[in-house]
Amino acid sequence: MRQTIPLLITGIVGAVLVVAYFIPHPPFDSLREEFAIFFDIIAAIAFILGGGNLIKMHGNRVSRRKEGWVYSLVTVVGFLAMLAVGLTKLGNPGGIKDSSVTAAGSYFDWLYQYVFRPCGATMFAMLAFYVASASFRAFRAKNAEATLLLVVAFIILLGRTFVGTLATAWLPAELHFLTVPYLAEKIMTVLNFAGNRAIMIGIALGIISTSLKVIIGIDRSYLGGD
Amino acid sequence: MVLTAKPLSPLHCDLESHATPQPRPSHLRSSLQLALIALALVWVPAVAAVDEAGPAAGAPAPPTNLVARDTPSDRGESITIAWTRPPEDTGPGGPVTGYRILRAAAPDGPFEPIGQASPGRSQYADRDARDGVDFYYRVEALSAGAPAASAIVGPVQARPQWLNTNQWNVFVILALLLGFNLYFIEHIKKGGKPYIRQIAGLEAVAEAVGRATEMGRPILFVPGIQDMNDIQTVAGVTLLGHIARTVAEYDSRLVVPTSRSLVMTTARETVKEAYLAAGRPESYDENSIYYVTDEQFGYVAGVNGYMVREKPATCFYLGAFFAESLILAETGNSIGAIQVAGTAQPAQLPFFVAACDYTLIGEELFAASAYLSGEPKQLGSIKGQDVGKLLSIASIVIGVLVLTAAAVTGWGPLVSIGHFVRELWSTALV
Repeated sequence: MRQTIPLLITGIVGAVLVVAYFIPHPPFDSLREEFAIFFDIIAAIAFILGGGNLIKMHGNRVSRRKEGWVYSLVTVVGFLAMLAVGLTKLGNPGGIKDSSVTAAGSYFDWLYQYVFRPCGATMFAMLAFYVASASFRAFRAKNAEATLLLVVAFIILLGRTFVGTLATAWLPAELHFLTVPYLAEKIMTVLNFAGNRAIMIGIALGIISTSLKVIIGIDRSYLGGD
Repeated sequence: MVLTAKPLSPLHCDLESHATPQPRPSHLRSSLQLALIALALVWVPAVAAVDEAGPAAGAPAPPTNLVARDTPSDRGESITIAWTRPPEDTGPGGPVTGYRILRAAAPDGPFEPIGQASPGRSQYADRDARDGVDFYYRVEALSAGAPAASAIVGPVQARPQWLNTNQWNVFVILALLLGFNLYFIEHIKKGGKPYIRQIAGLEAVAEAVGRATEMGRPILFVPGIQDMNDIQTVAGVTLLGHIARTVAEYDSRLVVPTSRSLVMTTARETVKEAYLAAGRPESYDENSIYYVTDEQFGYVAGVNGYMVREKPATCFYLGAFFAESLILAETGNSIGAIQVAGTAQPAQLPFFVAACDYTLIGEELFAASAYLSGEPKQLGSIKGQDVGKLLSIASIVIGVLVLTAAAVTGWGPLVSIGHFVRELWSTALV
């Protein structure tokens, strides 16, 4: 029974939504939106579980003074502060009756703009260094394929800078197809695009196949059993 | 002048009905009648000549062949109006500056403007038509001069349809894939032995879990940053079930930080059932599957912090990933973890390939669950997927050849076949 009911719900809802895709007539036309609302409601309820879990996990670490408990304290304080400011709408020009939590001038907006966003931007900025280190490893010419990758990457990198333009600017017009920017563009728009499309077709077929498996009930791994 | 002349066409008739009548003293009627007869003898042929060449200087001919019909394959509340453009409509920048579409509830009006179409267009969809109500339409060609109005069409009603015939290609492909899947499932059930190529990343799962067990370090599983309504997350959580079972059998430790509450609850149930199936329910630790934050980089910071502190021996990244993919994978690389990644985000695949030991590319992520289960009915679905891929490759090759031949020869049947193949795949997989 623990598996039968979820399987039935999955199968019926999945099949109805697939059929609804081909029926524009009411009530089928709005089923997708209706189920999306159901999903949002479930996700909102689950968020209470998530928030509770966060407080429990980090609260335990703080109370037991586990290693790195200070970070947990920052997490708990940050979570509660944002929650309190958001719920009470402190500093909100329209007061607590204002429908917007993020109104300009509110404390919530201030915390978001001057604490939250810089922290997110800092993490994102780290990406540049990670790209450099990953590229360094990926472009080492260990074998023929890696060498090809290195050459192609070099052309692309060069073609996207002024150096690429300057390096082959001396070529006559009839040899335009040998200029670095031209080669870089052709690699991106022809070779890369073709490969990308092949992957996309495979992904699309995989999505259809997986969805059918889940709807029919062949794949029950998400329920823990085979 | 045209407005007071004898109507020569429906256009003139229409415009006349909108003209403001001029007051004329009754005692002058008889003399005016005589004068008008005299004028008519000279003037009517002149007006007729103008009408043949165009209604007036600067005014285009009206749109003709006006047709209004219920928009097909829709949810109702829409009527499509089509017309033949006047010869003066040479597109943007030409003498016709656009078309005004007017609608009325009765043939004699009043007609209200409901929208405009650009020059060069010959169709307009009225998306504000109540179902089951009669409507009449008229289209005016606009120019620097007076608008030239078409004849009136109607009545026409909007109605919702029961079948969206525009999606026939999606239906055909879906039916074919379903058929292939079911056929191969039955075929393998009856003892057919499918050939499934080895997927290195999945073959390495047991090795990766074993390594973590030997090292006494945890195994990290990251199910992406999307919610359960994303099929990649579903595929990731499905794989989590298989991996959790292996982890339970090895009696190792699995840690699953999630960025969505719903993924956390689903992952908990999945892992719990996997531990139960492996016969080790007592080893299941609910706290090892926990929620971090919905925020992308906050989540990355939390997971990275865990990786740097706890140094998991194995990291799985299976699900939907975006800019955080490389940050996670490079951190995993820096701590020396064996890493298996899989996503259907083409833009993130190069990052995973560069930073991870094994990467499941696109469709492999979706085939992975069936591959790991080894069940005949699941393996049948992989074969069905493969045949679908073969069909798409064949369609591409045939389509390219046929369209090339059609372009060279211009032979009608080839053009039709080429269009059919193109249409079959044009919107089916987007």
